Amino acid sequence: MSRSLIPVSRIGVEERAAALGRRSIKTTAKRQGILLATSMIDLTTLEGADTPGKVRHLCAKAVCPDPARPEIPSVAAVCVYPSLVAVAREALEGTGVKVASVATGFPSGQTSLAVKVEETRDAVAAGATEIDMVISREAYLAGDDARVAHEIQAVKEACGSAHLKVILETAELPTYAHVRHASQLAIDAGADVIKTSTGKASQGATPGVVLVMLETVRDHFERTRQVVGVKAAGGVSTTKAALHMLVLVKETLGDEWLTPDRFRIGASSLLNDLLLQYAKLDGGHYGRPEDFSKE
Amino acid sequence: MTATRTKLHWDYAPAPESRDAATLKPSYDLFIGGAWSAPTDGTRIKTINPATEEELAEVAFAGPGDVARAVEAARAAAPGWAATAPLERGKYLFRIARLIQERARELAVVETLDGGKPIRESRDVDIPLAAAHFFSYAGWADKLDYALAGRAHAPRGVVGQVVPWNFPLLMAAWKLAPALACGNTAVLKPAETTPLTALLLAEIVQESGLPDGVINIIPGDGSAGAALVRSNVDKVAFTGSTAVGKEIQRALAGTDVGLTLELGGKSANILFEDAALDQAVEGIIEGIFFNQGHVCCAGSRLLLQESVAEEVVRKLWARMERLRVGDPLDKNTDVGAINSAEQLARISELVEAGEREGATRRSITCALPETGYWFPPTLFLDVAPANRITVEEIFGPVVSVMTFRTPKEAVERANNSAYGLAAGVWTDNGAKAFEVASALRAGVVWQNTYNKFDPTAAFGGYKESGFGREGGPAGLLPYVRLT
Repeated sequence: MSRSLIPVSRIGVEERAAALGRRSIKTTAKRQGILLATSMIDLTTLEGADTPGKVRHLCAKAVCPDPARPEIPSVAAVCVYPSLVAVAREALEGTGVKVASVATGFPSGQTSLAVKVEETRDAVAAGATEIDMVISREAYLAGDDARVAHEIQAVKEACGSAHLKVILETAELPTYAHVRHASQLAIDAGADVIKTSTGKASQGATPGVVLVMLETVRDHFERTRQVVGVKAAGGVSTTKAALHMLVLVKETLGDEWLTPDRFRIGASSLLNDLLLQYAKLDGGHYGRPEDFSKE
Repeated sequence: MTATRTKLHWDYAPAPESRDAATLKPSYDLFIGGAWSAPTDGTRIKTINPATEEELAEVAFAGPGDVARAVEAARAAAPGWAATAPLERGKYLFRIARLIQERARELAVVETLDGGKPIRESRDVDIPLAAAHFFSYAGWADKLDYALAGRAHAPRGVVGQVVPWNFPLLMAAWKLAPALACGNTAVLKPAETTPLTALLLAEIVQESGLPDGVINIIPGDGSAGAALVRSNVDKVAFTGSTAVGKEIQRALAGTDVGLTLELGGKSANILFEDAALDQAVEGIIEGIFFNQGHVCCAGSRLLLQESVAEEVVRKLWARMERLRVGDPLDKNTDVGAINSAEQLARISELVEAGEREGATRRSITCALPETGYWFPPTLFLDVAPANRITVEEIFGPVVSVMTFRTPKEAVERANNSAYGLAAGVWTDNGAKAFEVASALRAGVVWQNTYNKFDPTAAFGGYKESGFGREGGPAGLLPYVRLT
């Protein structure tokens, strides 16, 4: 069956996304925005060199990003590889910060469905309450939407009560129309959250891509009243970029979507820039990067 | 330790552009013959900020004697300017363009204060485009032989130019840059309600060292414009209402005075079912709410293919409700103040007529400031082709929505207007886009975008929207005499 795409104008999308990037966010709006963005972070470490020690440090930071400023909220979740889920779960026990794990042959997704399902079960059993899966781009680019959907459904089933975030890896999709199409495909197959990127591709969460995904979620909500979340991951490393994301959400989906339940930012270095900028608002001058702990 | 969780509400804090960017003089004279001079038989009026009704400055208004003086000054400067080497003329235009850029922030603030448009627009559109027009025509000054395909040519002489209040500096640039590039001298009359940026432009002209009398700028009301077009000029360029344009054409009938008119419009924005709908909605918003709809080419008649009409209206309404209406100086404002009390009255009158004639009005509910002139973004549904709101130019933030069934019907409806300035076509199908565009009787057709301006593109109308083109090489033609 041939795929039918809803048209999306590249120029129009990028123009609108850029225009929203020019909103002027100052003073109280900046302060509140920084706190809000912090609370939406999936603090992430996805390196081959990750160890239990590093993950414990990250978890401490996730719960209390800046001990000198208790008003700064905890982040939403800590995101790790499946093998480190147990460490994160123990470190975050009782804190309210969630444990997320990538699964399904992250980041390429080039393994069999059986392995993907098994990996998901493993991560959930170890204590992950959120699973970040990748779609099979191999199937999607070959036009096999049915297989993409089937894999998402199978992983969703393996998740049980865990939340499923479906990574589209938009940098590897041909056009914005495909971003929109793949978003809807993931939603229809059971995604709780649609997510832009693995952070391992050439591009991450560009404003245009996030805008198209937000519009897909908005239209789906209009049609069905079903809430789907969005996660911008990859490349959102500055306060300015994070606030741009919040503006996109606010002016596309509205204030109801400005909560960690409905919008997340996947990032590793963003948090320290948010803390730096917050301290600047507080103290009137920039701190040194070494004032903030590196995990 | 447990996670800190507080419910956060997030809104933009006020982000006003600093008024200090602009220092206005308490009073401005007329700019004639390279110097400031008091009006001899004119008056002085206060120009106000339409967003607050506060007085900004006192401005000299030219009387008939002042108009004659300005034309004489331009006449005296004409031979010298025409004899100036084209490359040198270009250098002055480059200099003016660069000075506009240097003073861009100040000009943007003054444009917003005097006219009510959002600073976002004056900063990102009006002022950069004004500079771009001078840059573009600076480059043409020594290439007229190529632009005119080798025809022998001479300047017209003295041109009288009357510009409107919706894009005060930009319209002045549209008029002056090609006139000077072709070797003419000019008398420019800015609009009654928005003279200030033209007067700052006069300061820039002085600073540029342009020979005295090549550009003369005389604020005034309609009577000064009427006197200017009937004075001893060789060419008239007018942008404004169709009614005044017709008067000018009558006055100049049978004379050797050249004339170009850029008049009103009731432009159709046509959306097909195969368009990228979300981006089309942005285009509809840009088409009608840009500059509060004070745009001659505003997409004020929205034609929707019936199969998607309901969905598009829903999306459009949701998008309209997110428009930020208010303080024009705030960098986050999308829709500013109506330019004048007079214009507000005209918009209100036509909107009331729309309601009386049975169309369904929907205006967004937003808190409008207590003082100043404001009108909420509005759309009309259930509109009939004969309704006044379909036929007459409203020149405000009001869009009339109609439906069509086939491309043929869309073209018929779009062309069913006394005007023919612009149109928009929204479809993802390239063949259809070109087929429809070529059937439209409109001077500008935008495909999958709207209200995009560029100094290299010709702009102008069909039918009662006027004649002559501005912009690009075509914009040189009205300012030369081909011999």
